[in-house]
This record gives sequence, structure tokens and C-alpha cells, in this order.
Amino acid sequence: MKIGRVTGTVVSTRKLESLEGIKLLLVQPLDDNMENSGNPVVACDTVQAGSGDIVIFEGGREAALTLDNWYNPADAAVIGIIDQIDQVGK
Amino acid sequence: MTLARVTGTVVSTVKVEALEGLKLLIVHPVNPDGSFTGKQMVAVDSLQSGIGDDVLIIDEGGSAGIILEMSSQPIRTVIAAIVDSVDIGKEGKNVH
Repeated sequence: MKIGRVTGTVVSTRKLESLEGIKLLLVQPLDDNMENSGNPVVACDTVQAGSGDIVIFEGGREAALTLDNWYNPADAAVIGIIDQIDQVGK
Repeated sequence: MTLARVTGTVVSTVKVEALEGLKLLIVHPVNPDGSFTGKQMVAVDSLQSGIGDDVLIIDEGGSAGIILEMSSQPIRTVIAAIVDSVDIGKEGKNVH
């Protein structure tokens, strides 16, 4: 699981049947200092996250398991909205 | 499995059903000598570990499911062990 910030939504009309009705979000991965790290990914949303939210997202095959229909090609999914992070200095 | 250090905790109210009731920690991979390496991630805690602990994390869904006693769960990063010490060759350096 990684931490990211939702930076936008992606609208797609023509898509695979298994992704019908699934909200797609643009998620920017964040590093230790909550700064952008790496390229944004498009992730399926199951927790009704919105733009600006700090979220937990999962990559890989496990992302597909968030959707009701497991047989889908999703490789990233938002699985939680973060309320608070407590982190010690390194 | 990867050696990592727990550096923080994450609080999340709205989350997928599989994560309900599970403690989430921020873990940062470390080298055997204790220095940080790579990128931090969020892991599910199954062992009551806390900030500052060195742990072993598993970042693979099948093994995570066995540890959490779940199947087909959307979770792949789980703390599998709390590390007491790491010996490096003859030096035998303790990570704590």
C-alpha cells in the first residue's frame, strides 16, 4: 500500500465491461515528506475519495479485488482515505 | 520479505471493508545496517508493532492473505515479524 494525493478524476465512456460504473481517479504518489514522487497513476475508487484527499492506494493484482467483479484488469485502486498521519522524524 | 522500520501510524475512517479493524503503519525499508533505503509504504500490522520497531514486511498478496487469514483481499503489504537483531558478517551489528 502506498500513500498518494487525489489530483483529479478520469472520465472514460468506452471501456471494458468489467470497469463499467467504476470511478477512476488520478492519484499522485507521495514521498516521506508528502511531496510528489513519481508519475501519477489512474486508480479505481471504492471509497468515494475526491480531489485533494490523501489516500491509501494499492497496486498490482490485489487492486482488482476491491471491485465486486474480481475478473477485471485494474492495477491500482484507492482503498482508504487518510484522516491523520503520525510520523516521527528520521 | 523486506527489512523495514516503522516510522509512523496512519488513521483512516473511510476504507474498504477488508481493512476494517486493522492497524495501519508507515514502514520505510532499511538496509541491514539500519540506514533507510527505497520508498516508504503503508503496511497492515498483525503483531502489535510500534514506531521505531524494525520489522519484516511482506509485499505480496497471497502471503498477506495467509497472515491475515483472509482470501481474495485487496491487501498485499503486511508486517510479518518484529526483528530483534541483524548480524552482518563478523561485525554482528545490532540494528537497535
